[in-house]
Amino acid sequence: MSEEKVVTLLTESPSQPRRLSHLDTLESEAVHIFREVAGEFERPVVLFSGGKDSIVMLHLALKAFWPAPVPFSLLHVDTGHNFPEVLAYRDRTVAEHGLRLHVASVQEFIDSGRLRERPDGLRNPLQTVPLLDAIRAGRFDAVFGGARRDEEKARAKERVFSLRDEFGAWDPRRQRPELWSLYNGRHAPGEHVRVFPLSNWTELDVWQYIQRERIELPAIYYAHEREVFARGGMWLTAGEWGGPKAGETVERRLVRYRTVGDMSCTGAVDSDAATVAEVLTELAASRLTERGATRADDQVSEAAMEDRKREGYF
Amino acid sequence: MPIEQHQRAARAGSRSALLRIATAGSVDDGKSTLVGRLLHDSRSLLSDQLQAVADASRRTGRAAPDLALLTDGLRAEREQGITIDVAYRYFSTARRRFILADTPGHVQYTRNMVTGASTAELAVVLVDARNGVVQQTRRHAAIAALLRVPHLVLAVNKMDLVDCAEPVFAAIAAEFSGYAASLGIPEVTAVPLSALEGDNVVEPSARMDWYGGPTLLEHLESVPVGGDPASDPVRLPVQYVIRPQSGEHRDYRGYAGQLASGVLRTGDRVTVLPSGWITAVAGIDVLGQETGIAHAPQSVTVRLAHELDISRGDLIAAGTTPRPSREVAATVSHLNERPLRVGERVLLKHTTRTVRAVVQDIPYLIDIDTLARADHPGLLRVNDIGRVVLRTAEPLMLDPYAVNRRTGSFLLIDPADGTTLTAGMVGEPF
Repeated sequence: MSEEKVVTLLTESPSQPRRLSHLDTLESEAVHIFREVAGEFERPVVLFSGGKDSIVMLHLALKAFWPAPVPFSLLHVDTGHNFPEVLAYRDRTVAEHGLRLHVASVQEFIDSGRLRERPDGLRNPLQTVPLLDAIRAGRFDAVFGGARRDEEKARAKERVFSLRDEFGAWDPRRQRPELWSLYNGRHAPGEHVRVFPLSNWTELDVWQYIQRERIELPAIYYAHEREVFARGGMWLTAGEWGGPKAGETVERRLVRYRTVGDMSCTGAVDSDAATVAEVLTELAASRLTERGATRADDQVSEAAMEDRKREGYF
Repeated sequence: MPIEQHQRAARAGSRSALLRIATAGSVDDGKSTLVGRLLHDSRSLLSDQLQAVADASRRTGRAAPDLALLTDGLRAEREQGITIDVAYRYFSTARRRFILADTPGHVQYTRNMVTGASTAELAVVLVDARNGVVQQTRRHAAIAALLRVPHLVLAVNKMDLVDCAEPVFAAIAAEFSGYAASLGIPEVTAVPLSALEGDNVVEPSARMDWYGGPTLLEHLESVPVGGDPASDPVRLPVQYVIRPQSGEHRDYRGYAGQLASGVLRTGDRVTVLPSGWITAVAGIDVLGQETGIAHAPQSVTVRLAHELDISRGDLIAAGTTPRPSREVAATVSHLNERPLRVGERVLLKHTTRTVRAVVQDIPYLIDIDTLARADHPGLLRVNDIGRVVLRTAEPLMLDPYAVNRRTGSFLLIDPADGTTLTAGMVGEPF
């Protein structure tokens, strides 16, 4: 990590004892979680998609172990319909920090017949099988994810340490009570623990932290001109992944992405926010949650996320 | 970003610190409605969330959007009309960021409220103005006291159903404060409100002009959070040893951990436990930056003046230091359906140290509703609160829970399958 990226907030006057900001508190909590996993697990891995939450996760991991390298490798589940800007960012980041990246490919699973393309073309739900396969093959016992409890109501009940059985399944009734900052990571062979260091962060916290730490993001998070077409109330990017169909018209608009996932189900929003500060202003005025605004896969049913989580999704 | 601008942002951030809240009350007390009202009136809800509530209300035949539906989570819960577990809600105002642990009020209540209260700095206990203080209210107050939640709020709800009468409120507030005082809770803030109508939740109530105190949200925004860590002894449980062993940091050896209490400075004399070695702090790095000073609850990396054999589970301490001990006497809340019995072998997880332990004695069980004690019950069942004496295979560095919630708390774990069995608090219950 370069020195200028780490800006200290320790400004103290003798009369007034320093109080930690909410970002300091969330940061220290997340770092604590990373270090607990490093101390208690054999083979942890960080899920890294090149999305802002996983980028913040990696930034926290770099800070947690400085000046030593991050003692984990990264895992990316590539849907085959990822934004090229995001893949380029991923590869650049891996090289810059000397990290090891594992890629689980949805496309390979489809090509080899182990997965079938869905009729609706959504690839996010297809990620679960390659993810679990990669966890098994890598014998990973702790898997860091960037999920936040504010994202979705099934996630509001998620633990920081979430035990998964040998099939990767999440059973909300079997989760362990989590008290104080004592995280119980014990698991049987074949089971693993999903770990969510950003559990208590909100979308706004993530952006404020990106601003404070001056973290670089893939450019598609900021306003840019893009060929898009309307589907299901959101702007999808035109491209070889499958859109647009007959009857859908492509137009050029000034947009940005609030979340970055698979191109088949991640919508762009109309935006002229070209900097972090402008994004923060835009978020303060936004009347939609980030998933409500941009995720087709969550609009399938009221319990779409709950169902996917039970099957072993992120 | 220019540095000046950055420092301005940092100062603005430090004013709006984080407050962790736990709510307690049953569905009938209007707890879900209160939480929904807090989120709604503080403008923390966005239009797609409101639309989802409106849709669900219509589907279930309600005339108006039911804010209680906001806090229902899983399909399993909606189908069975229950709430499974602690759900976390996030909202913020211009002054503060809030994390709210919303705990359901059915059979597993004690376990869930203990879990939610364990990290809370403030607990809101809800009562129905028509019923006043009932057995469940006393239980909620006792759990808040047991978990040493620093601030307690009594929310007297449904004031509109008692004609917003001041004497009704005053009598409930007096009875509750008396009970809280008997539990050792020094101060209770009582607020008369109507969650359904919105009185005194965010906006002051015109109907209760006799009430001169803050609305619930005003109180949440202004209650002092965290003491002055400078007056507390230093406790740094070592999580991880950072040794790059290559490059420009070849000789770096840092002890990483989250400062559980106190303020640590470069040059401070510290004791490493359980070994008892005394050394000095050679440097403090806060996440990549040498700072020379760190405050609880910061995550830090500490370099020491002497090369010592220190590993995960050790404690770096200053000020008064705990005496390493293999005897643990604690108040516990049993969390699992499997009972905890005298003679049972368990794992004990305390800060960053997990050791083998045996349950030597269960001297008594406390009825959390009446505080009556039953001697030598032999075992603790799920949701029981009791006294436990344990003997551990290796020494622990324990502080009384009343003094330090981080270094005074522990879990008991089933060594066979890793199940979390029991939550423990070192020292006397109240």
